[in-house]
Amino acid sequence: MVVSRFVPGRKRVGPGIESLTVTFGDRGALIRARGLVKRYGDFEAVRGIDLDVPSGEAFGFLGPNGAGKSSAMRMIACVSPTSSGELTVLGLDPLADGSAIRARIGVCPQEDQLDVELTVRENLTVYGRYFGLSRAECRSRADELLDFVQLTDKANAKVESLSGGMKRRLTIARSLINQPDLLLLDEPTTGLDPQARHLLWDKLFRLRQQGVTLVLTTHYMDEAEQLCDRLVVMNDGRIVAEGSPTALIAQYSTREVTELRFGVGHHEQLGGKVADLAERIEVLPDRLLLYTDDGERATSEVAARGLRPDSVLVRRSTLEDVFLRLTGRSLVD
Amino acid sequence: MTAASPPTAASAPAPAGRTGTLGLALRQFDYWLTVYRRTWKGSAVSSFVMPLLYLTAMGVGLGGFIDDPDAIERLGGLTYLEYIAPGLLAATVMQNAVFESTYPVMSGIKWNKVFVAMLNTPVVVPALLLANFGYIAFRMTTIAGVFIVVTAVFGLVPSVWAGLLGLLVAVLIGLAHATPVVALSGRLENDAGFAIVFRLGVMPMFLFSGAFFPVSQLPAVFEWLAYVTPLWHGVELTRMLTTGTLEAGMAAVHTGYLLLWLMTGWWLAIKTFSRRLVQ
Ligand SMILES: Nc1ncnc2c1ncn2[C@@H]1O[C@H](COP(=O)(O)OP(=O)(O)O)[C@@H](O)[C@H]1O
Ligand SMILES: [Mg+2]
Repeated sequence: MVVSRFVPGRKRVGPGIESLTVTFGDRGALIRARGLVKRYGDFEAVRGIDLDVPSGEAFGFLGPNGAGKSSAMRMIACVSPTSSGELTVLGLDPLADGSAIRARIGVCPQEDQLDVELTVRENLTVYGRYFGLSRAECRSRADELLDFVQLTDKANAKVESLSGGMKRRLTIARSLINQPDLLLLDEPTTGLDPQARHLLWDKLFRLRQQGVTLVLTTHYMDEAEQLCDRLVVMNDGRIVAEGSPTALIAQYSTREVTELRFGVGHHEQLGGKVADLAERIEVLPDRLLLYTDDGERATSEVAARGLRPDSVLVRRSTLEDVFLRLTGRSLVD
Repeated sequence: MTAASPPTAASAPAPAGRTGTLGLALRQFDYWLTVYRRTWKGSAVSSFVMPLLYLTAMGVGLGGFIDDPDAIERLGGLTYLEYIAPGLLAATVMQNAVFESTYPVMSGIKWNKVFVAMLNTPVVVPALLLANFGYIAFRMTTIAGVFIVVTAVFGLVPSVWAGLLGLLVAVLIGLAHATPVVALSGRLENDAGFAIVFRLGVMPMFLFSGAFFPVSQLPAVFEWLAYVTPLWHGVELTRMLTTGTLEAGMAAVHTGYLLLWLMTGWWLAIKTFSRRLVQ
């Protein structure tokens, strides 16, 4: 059985690939993990996760710092051996075929590993050679990619002179030099200003439309909502929830949230008086959150009880609400 | 033009088959070429001027005082210039090889992270090291090549063959020192350790491994220490070639001993790099 990977406008199936494709299995999962574990000495960073990422999906790992996202990504990228459990990437075993798998994936690591002593363009051409591409091929792909990430003007600049956002774009361009089937992006936009983030999202969105399978980690909810078809929330090395952004909101939060602000210090005590108005409430130092499917009704009932908040905000639930519910509000660092 | 469209795959994908270590090492050629392009100028002058200065100052200048027949006999019947030329060649190669195996290696692992980035591609640790050692071998060829040409001008290279063999031996000496030091660099957390390598390793070896005077002049303990260093074997082997006193048995011992360091260092380097970069 051959799982078709036909994507309009992209011809990528070549000799040798069919034979790999056959082993993808029924669902055509590019990544399949069962009970995947990563240990560093005695410490377990990834504690048995299961994953199936089908071809063409944009899949996200969402989680606080230290959740084990990068450890999972590095195992999938075949740069970090698994400690136990099963993992197949592109239908192959990372232990036996790491090099062959890496030939077909693109990796954008959490921290840019650009050669700051080379020019922007050389960073691409030199990297392309590691994949066995000819010099001419590297040059033409480098030019296309520089155009794609809008760095053509900087082609001959030293990497040192680039801004953080430009370096990130260059790292993403570099991860595309081998025209990967699977692109792994570890916190692609962390530390970037909003303009740079939106530019990058646009680029990633285009790649997704081309049929490139994206796997990314992030701790930005808006990023996960924008880019991911499906995501897992990780906490403490475990997957604590899984689904599409909308499904996760439906499952772990309510449709709407009413935010009430009273004077600082009153929230604890007022929490009890409104608890029955919502499915769930959360008391924060500066506000009360009422999780309910009808925020307006909750608001009028609050008023009917004679409570006069300084401000009221009714909003839709976001992934952030899901995230904070699942991973807690205490600071992980 | 502003409508940047994403690149489309026009050609066949990179071959999915397995590429051997040598093939993967050759893919790093362009990278090392860029390294060479940005460093050769700085080192070209010094690798030409240094031997010239040393040979003139020590060989001709200082050597002029050494006309005592007893001393000349202890140098094996050689003039001082003839004696130190091969020693300097071997010691210079050692020094440069160790340098190439310290800071640039730590940069690849820790500062610039070029090696870390390479391992995101089909490149594997043994191929990465093979390319790095290939580059060091090339550097030693150029440094020793210049040195041998300079000494030939002084009339100290008996034949073209001696010169070519000397070049080969220089590469062997370079790698015998490079591989264990690269292995060490793969372990060190920061570059503070390199100061120790240079002060307690390179400097004493440079001075006391028979390059400038016979190690028999040293107190017995240090004499034996000198025999353990790979450099002493390298100096002796080089001297056999340039003075036309090649003796098969001892040459084999020296070559074997240098190869032992080279292979052990290589094996250790694969271990330390794998532990450090694939974790
Ligand atoms: N190479 C390593 N050696 C030891 N511990 C590590 C290593 N890499 C990560 N860790 C630890 O594993 C945990 C998960 O890290 P990581 O996978 O980077 O999480 P995330 O990417 O979600 O922030 C953290 O506690 C981190 O300190
Ligand atoms: Mg991380």
